[in-house]
Amino acid sequence: MPTIHKTTFLSMLLLSLGLGVAVAQNGGASSGFPTPKNDFTASEQRGHGLYLRYCVGCHGVLGDGEGENAPYIDPRPRNFILATFRCRSTSTGTLPTDQDLENSLERGLVNSNMPSWRPTTPYDRKDLVAYIKTFSPRWKTEKPGTPIEIPAEPEVTPERVKAGEALFQKLECWKCHGVEGRGNGPSADTLTDDQNRPIQAFNFHDGTRFKCGSTDRDLYKIFMTGLDGSPMPSFADNVKPDEAWDLVFYLRTLQPMKTKAKLIAKQLGLKPINPAGAPAQPPANPENK
Amino acid sequence: MKTRNKLAGMLSALVLAAVGALMLSRNVSAAGEGKITGTVKLAGTAPHQRAIDMSKEPYCQKLHADHPVTLENVVVGSNGGLQNVVVYVSEGLPASAGGQVPSEKPKWDQKGCQYIPHVVALDINQHFLVTNSDPTSHNIHPIPTKNPQWNKSQPPGAQPFDVSWANEEVSIPVKCNIHPWMHGWMAVVKGPTAVSDGNGSFTLDNVPPGNYTLTAWQETYGAQTQKVTVAAGKPATADFTFKAK
Repeated sequence: MPTIHKTTFLSMLLLSLGLGVAVAQNGGASSGFPTPKNDFTASEQRGHGLYLRYCVGCHGVLGDGEGENAPYIDPRPRNFILATFRCRSTSTGTLPTDQDLENSLERGLVNSNMPSWRPTTPYDRKDLVAYIKTFSPRWKTEKPGTPIEIPAEPEVTPERVKAGEALFQKLECWKCHGVEGRGNGPSADTLTDDQNRPIQAFNFHDGTRFKCGSTDRDLYKIFMTGLDGSPMPSFADNVKPDEAWDLVFYLRTLQPMKTKAKLIAKQLGLKPINPAGAPAQPPANPENK
Repeated sequence: MKTRNKLAGMLSALVLAAVGALMLSRNVSAAGEGKITGTVKLAGTAPHQRAIDMSKEPYCQKLHADHPVTLENVVVGSNGGLQNVVVYVSEGLPASAGGQVPSEKPKWDQKGCQYIPHVVALDINQHFLVTNSDPTSHNIHPIPTKNPQWNKSQPPGAQPFDVSWANEEVSIPVKCNIHPWMHGWMAVVKGPTAVSDGNGSFTLDNVPPGNYTLTAWQETYGAQTQKVTVAAGKPATADFTFKAK
């Protein structure tokens, strides 16, 4: 009966193969402890070492933002497992680019405990970003978003500053940031982040730097991508790229440093906006009925 | 040689039967037969739902001056029916079912500084429209854990956002940071789902005959499950009762 032997042998082989695959898939998950990751790339491996040296104290061994120092820090360290990042060049709801994360490392996050890591080398920061990305499965299933397009910065004109002021009123930026941009709007004291922790609206009179940079382009990016995880939404769906520059110029007039926009505002005699000037009737949009 | 032929014959018969079964089940689910209906009730006294102070948004405060809006954590009808409970098939759906995403686009409206509806149930990748009917800006901020988090501003008169969720998640909390009392839930499930109405009743359509585990999820009381069998051409019933804490 050589034929029967052959079939039984074949079926046994198939069965054992199937079993082997099943065992391999379950392996490691049963212990309840996180499995050590030995499938790191060289860059992730180096990043891991740097992470244990520089980052683990706040962001924790598991990357969940629950490091030893975390209870004493406000705002709390970022939880890398959620892969929700404030400073991105990509639209809201998408992953940041590697460059965005490297920029955050290099720049540090103002008004938080996250310092600038400029003393490390650019290669270190690349490796750190590679390692940070191993904490969330999102980096395996999704691609980073496409950076938003930012048109070249136009010339500051009185018309643009005035148009920016109108946008500040229309988009109701003042609800949180206040009519003078002091971070004291009517909704400011109830703001919470995605973990339900209290969070402050930015006070434009407070400093020259923002959380995600200090240039005009950085400011443009902040309100056109939103700061994911914070109450700051993206305005990209309702502000045209050119209009966005108007808003940048107006916001510059609220800041302490001397800028051309501020000089123009002084010449125009701009006063804080009047929130009562907002429209009081429901919008006439057929889609909304 | 004989044995080999026999084996081959048996194997091919098996394969044919398996393929046939697959085709059959697909046909049944496509026909959309089968229904599960039921009622969700609350046993005991519902917790007090305090009135919401909307004084920070004069328009909304004025709008609700006669009928102050209350919290919606537990909404009970006059007959004890529990509203806003998400009911869905959590186990037992054939792999072929749930392949067709409903083309219907539910609406998620921001009206009078409230989310209407308070709870929406969606299929995976089902599109829905976020609209703003108020003369004030809202920021719509869903905070999922299994889907990407986003946060968009929607000024008065803005175009609706056409969005969807790619992963199952019961349920995604949604808030508006400008109006901290605004709170709602989006349940994303695979396959048939429904949200109980003011009388606590629900209907799950397009459930192919079979044995299922049904889950009912309520934002305050959590989830409950029960087994249900759907026979061809005969709607099954499943009632849930949540106990007031």
